[in-house]
Amino acid sequence: MNKPILVFGYGNLSRGDDAVGPLLLIHLEQQANLNRVELLNDFQLQIEHALDLQERELVIFVDAAASGDSPFGFSKLTPCRDNSYTSHAMSPAALLQVFESVTGRRAPPGFLLSVKAKSFELGEGLSEPAEYNLRQASRFAEHILTLPTAEIVELARQNRHTACYG
Amino acid sequence: MYEHLETAQNPANLKRVVVDPVSRVEGHGKVTLLLDENDKVQQARLHIVEFRGFEKFIQGRPYWELPVLVQRLCGICPVSHHLAAAKAIDQLVGVDPANLPPAADKLRRLLHFGQVLQSHALHFFHLSSPDLLFGFESDIGKRNIIAVLGDYPDIGLQGVKLRKYGQEVIRMVSGKRVHGTGAVAGGMNKALSKEERDYLLRDIEQIIAWADASVALIKKVHTANLPYYDDFATIRSNYLGLVKPNGALELYHGGIRAKNDKGETIVDHFDYCNYTDLIREEVRSWSYMKFPYLTSIGKADGWYRVGPLARVNNCDFIDTPLAEAARVDFKQHSPEVMVHSTLAFHWARLIELLHCAESINTLLHDPDVMSSDLIAKGEKRYEGIGVIEAPRGTLFHHYQVDENDIVTKANLIVSTTSNNMGMNESVRQVAAEYLSGRELTEPLLNNLEVAIRAYDPCLSCATHAVGKMPLQLELLDAQGDMIGRLVRHSDGSFEH
Repeated sequence: MNKPILVFGYGNLSRGDDAVGPLLLIHLEQQANLNRVELLNDFQLQIEHALDLQERELVIFVDAAASGDSPFGFSKLTPCRDNSYTSHAMSPAALLQVFESVTGRRAPPGFLLSVKAKSFELGEGLSEPAEYNLRQASRFAEHILTLPTAEIVELARQNRHTACYG
Repeated sequence: MYEHLETAQNPANLKRVVVDPVSRVEGHGKVTLLLDENDKVQQARLHIVEFRGFEKFIQGRPYWELPVLVQRLCGICPVSHHLAAAKAIDQLVGVDPANLPPAADKLRRLLHFGQVLQSHALHFFHLSSPDLLFGFESDIGKRNIIAVLGDYPDIGLQGVKLRKYGQEVIRMVSGKRVHGTGAVAGGMNKALSKEERDYLLRDIEQIIAWADASVALIKKVHTANLPYYDDFATIRSNYLGLVKPNGALELYHGGIRAKNDKGETIVDHFDYCNYTDLIREEVRSWSYMKFPYLTSIGKADGWYRVGPLARVNNCDFIDTPLAEAARVDFKQHSPEVMVHSTLAFHWARLIELLHCAESINTLLHDPDVMSSDLIAKGEKRYEGIGVIEAPRGTLFHHYQVDENDIVTKANLIVSTTSNNMGMNESVRQVAAEYLSGRELTEPLLNNLEVAIRAYDPCLSCATHAVGKMPLQLELLDAQGDMIGRLVRHSDGSFEH
């Protein structure tokens, strides 16, 4: 039986700011109440991850974002048949769509927590701005995991709603 | 061949088309075409725009960190780097492959078969099946896995589950889905428990059946349009890869065999620890990626291809029955000793996928994979070389360490580098035979990407931040002014 909430951080720990997704999971592992929460990390999203979304009440994806003005963004995802398909950059919205195609069921509510990042060089550590942004995003993530799903949806609505986020 | 299209005579007077980045390959690649006033292709090149820093990343680290560290070079084939590094550091602790405990050898092979299976499944079902099932010039909205799941739900679902199974093999053997620590210097750090073994055995018959069906599917797709599939992007080349001592297909450990385009042997059972005598790498000013060649033949004609097509071409047989039958079938379809069709990479890849599924089954029934005799020891050495057949081809890891066990020198030749010339030649073949003189459109340019994708290039980039993957096409006239532009944003939308 899967835990009802999945937080899926993805990125490469040795690629500079690309590490923010996995690092946020480490923060949650140390600070958050994980009774109802499963943490999952990988280098990037792939088709088989659709099977990790089964039996979830909600899913939060955590990724580095090269664009945006805020330290982090939080938005609700809509399953989407977009053209962002490369194995290299499968979008979380597309993964939700794959889930629906594979299972024939509606995808669980999905959210993207995107942490503003700057540098992605192999062997580099986090940039200074990304360190700050990661701290902000980690606190936010810790907070929302204490909330009921309806309130999380409302938070996402206030922040940004993306119909089909690539 | 098409080398005359590598460098145009008067590039300043030509129109330039850029496909940047090539989509559905691992990492970032860029194709540039130079066209004359009649849209005839005068120059075609595949550039790799992000392919540096491996050695710097590794040097200065203690050798025992390498199997974990090198997995971060690549988010797609981390296990291949893990095992190649492990083979190299075995030598640093004085353990040669023949002295590895049987349990460790078999667990590593199991891990490797899991990796190759999931990688080949991802490539075929996710990246290539949209092209192969819907057509190379089909609507771009169709060319993705969701469309495959919609129109061919059974095939799409099998792809997802094959991939998942390979990941589960990796998780069971290495303890984690990513950054696992299965292999250590001189062996493995854990065996399979009975529960883990039984868990993997539960689905293996189904996995073999699906893998077998995938071979039948690609054969059907390939032979349904045989002249086209045997011509598209096809080039003649040398082939290089590992084989077993008895000449069978080998993915984990063996000697190097190279054959020429007529199937004549160039070298056989060559000890990979002497690879620097066999291979050199040429640098060309216009690409970050080097061009390896067989020293004995020279730069001009010594380039070679690696990966599934090379391996299935080179081996004498495959030691699992279903894959061997598929290999025989595959070879019989060609009038030549060697199969040169670039699109036959897909067919060969799925034969290997089937071989992996069968081999996993064999290993899971071998009690050694649950043995606790996992580590061998020897006298310290200062140099180690590990070579493995990664999903995309032969992968070389070479390290030197100092008296404090710190890596002082590292050299990696990754599979995609070995296919650099082959990919460029295939791009030029497609440019010359299929694009030249035609008005370039996105579906037409996808032909270039289809040619590249057949090699399943891994351009080693696990960076994937949101908003980093646009595809941009620019058409410039002879004066360098832009006369056309097409951008595909990361959300899939187009801008003209």
